[in-house]
Amino acid sequence: MTHFAAVLLFALFASVVFGITQRETPQKMVRYGIYCFVLFTVSAIALSWAMFWIGR
Amino acid sequence: MGTTPNKIAADQKESSQGFVYLPLIAGWLVPGAGHFLLRKWGRGALLSASILGMFATGLAMQGKLYAGAHDILDVLGLAGDLGNGLLYVVSQLLGLGADQVRVTTADYGTRFIVVAGLLNVIAAVDAHNLRTGRKA
Repeated sequence: MTHFAAVLLFALFASVVFGITQRETPQKMVRYGIYCFVLFTVSAIALSWAMFWIGR
Repeated sequence: MGTTPNKIAADQKESSQGFVYLPLIAGWLVPGAGHFLLRKWGRGALLSASILGMFATGLAMQGKLYAGAHDILDVLGLAGDLGNGLLYVVSQLLGLGADQVRVTTADYGTRFIVVAGLLNVIAAVDAHNLRTGRKA
């Protein structure tokens, strides 16, 4: 399994739990779950690039 | 028309009966079980699949199961692992999980297992909130 696949799996599982537990209606759960998934993924990519440029 | 208030009153009476902490404990022991007890089948199935998936992925990545606490980080890891409830106990009994982290992915696997436990605690508390009526 690649590191990026691990990140995506982590983001998916955590986002599902966050969406269901932190919102009350199904529509809000889905929206919040997608929001969390995007935030996890984008921040992982951004931090990875930041570490890459700092380490050069 | 007249049955709606009666139904609401009956639901409220039903929700105030029984052991209030049962969904919390069941949800902790078995991921999703707290929601299943409250007949939230869809939510329970999604929570169960997510937590079991994360735990299984962690084991597949040769993640470590904390067995004891030698320093403060081990205590935190053990606390997270214990959040998995019976999953942790059964895995320990079956000898699953690595004793030591030997490969790079095993470090991620260890975190997956710890986070699965923490997510399970969040799900169990959510079931408790549903049971007490704090959440709809």
